[in-house]
Amino acid sequence: MLLSPALAISAVLFTLGVAGVLLRRNAIVIFMCVELMLNAVNLTFVALAQRLGMGGQIFVFLVMAVAAAEAGVGLAIILAVFRHKQSVSLQNMNLLKD
Amino acid sequence: MTDTAVDLIWLAPALALLGFVLNGALVFIRPAAKTVVSIIGAGVLIAAFAVSVVVFRTFSELHAEAPVVFRYWSWMPVGTLQVDFALQVDQLSTVMLLVVTGVGSLIHLFSIGYMKEDPGYARYFAYLNLFVFFMLVLVLGANFPVMFVGWEGVGLCSYLLIGFWFTEKVNADAGRKAFIMNRIGDFGFMVAMFMIFWSTGSLDFTTVFAHAPTALVPAGGAITAITLFLFLGCTGKSAQIPLYTWLPDAMAGPTPVSALIHAATMVTAGVYLVARCNVLFAMAPISSAVVSGVGALTALFAASIALKQWDIKRVLAYSTISQLGYMFLGVGTGAMAAGIFHLTTHAFFKALLFLGSGSVIYAMHHAYHATHSDEDAQDMRNMGGLARYMPWTTALMWIATLAIAGVPPLSGFFSKDEILAAAFARGTTNPVWLLFWLFGLAAALLTAFYMTRLMLYTFHGPNRTGEKEREHFHEAPWIMTGPLVVLGVLSVAGGIINIPELFSGNVWLHHWLEPVTQAGATLLPETHLSHATEWVLVGVAVLMAALGIAGAWRLLKPETLAAARQAPEERGFARILRNKWYVDEIYDALIVRPLVWLSTEVLWKRVDQRVIDSAGVNGAARGARALGWANRWLQTGQVGVYVAVFVVGVLLIIWRAVG
Repeated sequence: MLLSPALAISAVLFTLGVAGVLLRRNAIVIFMCVELMLNAVNLTFVALAQRLGMGGQIFVFLVMAVAAAEAGVGLAIILAVFRHKQSVSLQNMNLLKD
Repeated sequence: MTDTAVDLIWLAPALALLGFVLNGALVFIRPAAKTVVSIIGAGVLIAAFAVSVVVFRTFSELHAEAPVVFRYWSWMPVGTLQVDFALQVDQLSTVMLLVVTGVGSLIHLFSIGYMKEDPGYARYFAYLNLFVFFMLVLVLGANFPVMFVGWEGVGLCSYLLIGFWFTEKVNADAGRKAFIMNRIGDFGFMVAMFMIFWSTGSLDFTTVFAHAPTALVPAGGAITAITLFLFLGCTGKSAQIPLYTWLPDAMAGPTPVSALIHAATMVTAGVYLVARCNVLFAMAPISSAVVSGVGALTALFAASIALKQWDIKRVLAYSTISQLGYMFLGVGTGAMAAGIFHLTTHAFFKALLFLGSGSVIYAMHHAYHATHSDEDAQDMRNMGGLARYMPWTTALMWIATLAIAGVPPLSGFFSKDEILAAAFARGTTNPVWLLFWLFGLAAALLTAFYMTRLMLYTFHGPNRTGEKEREHFHEAPWIMTGPLVVLGVLSVAGGIINIPELFSGNVWLHHWLEPVTQAGATLLPETHLSHATEWVLVGVAVLMAALGIAGAWRLLKPETLAAARQAPEERGFARILRNKWYVDEIYDALIVRPLVWLSTEVLWKRVDQRVIDSAGVNGAARGARALGWANRWLQTGQVGVYVAVFVVGVLLIIWRAVG
């Protein structure tokens, strides 16, 4: 398999994720962007595994497991916030300021 | 370890400590169990006295030339400083051991009667036992730090017992005064300890005294400073000029406490310290002269104040200061045995005097209590003619008076005469001691005078207490007169332990103490007096005592004395003496007031309130708040901003790492 296209796609995906986190306001979208960044990293691991050994591939499973757990907790938090404020926009979440 | 009964020495302090623990527990559990408290309190002391007698007898059979040291545990192993908790048995400490436990036992027994109706009975005996424990640690300690523990401990107990009736502010103040005056002296003791360690590398008595003659230049600056600082400690603990003012106020405590702590034992700790360090003092002629000089001056000065005091206990307090002055005159002269001899005989007759005055106050207090009068039960102007009601106390007090005045052949005669003779003998080589001798002689005259005055006003002439009160007078119970009789016998016969060769005696105490005092004595110039001179000195001393007694008898008229309430103010010189030479007022104006002013106006209102509180504490708080206010714009609360900052930060790090 070609290494460079894989790494390039991974970089693009990661940048998209970062940009989404930075620019979007909806918490669920931001959450999806975080997942996107994680999967960009997963792609890098898998791509590099053919050169550097199986360690990368094993690590991907670890990331997936953590991402699953994180999704569970994160969605629960977003749900709780929505019940409390009737909104999932990050702009309204600035209680820590005062 | 000697594998003899001497090994039991730890029992003596341990028994006293046990008494403190048990009585202290009873204070909280059953303070009303007076019988149990009495049995424990006096019982442990009598047991400790028995241990002391056994230790003394066994030790004297050993004929030991060197002290026997028992090391129980390592206390402060710090680099080259090795301090063990160790007790030392030698000729000097056994004598002190017998005096402390012997006189202590009698006073504990007396206290059972005297304190019978006091609500703080258990607390009193707990403190008294604790005092004896610390006093034994003081005299038995084998190095300076252990001795210092005892030294501080007896100071603490003295404070607790002076302020025993602390609900009255005067008593609490008196306790505080004693504590603070003693701290000044303790500072000197500690500095001396540091200097001793610095110059000899040890704090153990045996090592220090063995190394001192080689490690230090005789008559040099170091040894003079060490001994002077040690003596500063002594002036605090033993109430010498300039730190004596706490002792008269210490009379605020119960009378048996005055007898035990402020007459017989604790205040003699300074004399013991000088005798213990005789090698150091023998190497420092200037310090020796200071010790003798301060002693002689204190003897005369305090005796002059005692002439015009009306409070029976205050007369005895100044008398104690004066007699302690004699002891310092003796030990400063190098006559260590004479000083310890006077310490011992003084413990007998002064304890007797204080306990006798206690039995008088007890009777007076009961009489006034029965008639609900608020007259002063300690003012001699309210007494008079008590001999009719208290024959035992009167007779025993007269014995003690004759003993302290130096009337032969009572104990005080021998000890006082030996000190004066030693000072005179030293005067043949160094004329300044002749002056000290004259001071001592004058003090002897005054002693005889004020003691006769006390006896005349208290026990003879008409009674001034009041018609109704008179019916309530009665002799103290046997538990109080019993110890008085024993002390009376000791006051008469106490001189036996050291009858001089002049009276074909064997000078037992002198020879007994020789292993301890020999090292110092060899460093001093040899002095010798011919028998003819000694007879003249004895004659002069007896003449002084006779003059004092006869003078008081002729000059004072108890018949014309008015009771305290109607008494006129003294005028002229008598007024100065009545007001104790205004020393308390001078100290107050020169030291206390400036210190209080400095503390309130400068240290409190300026340094503490303005610098530390305003600038320091509140300043730091204000600074932190300003810093937070300046930085709060960073915290927008917008998650997006935080993420943006985070991303920029990561990018910067990557750029730095790659580029």
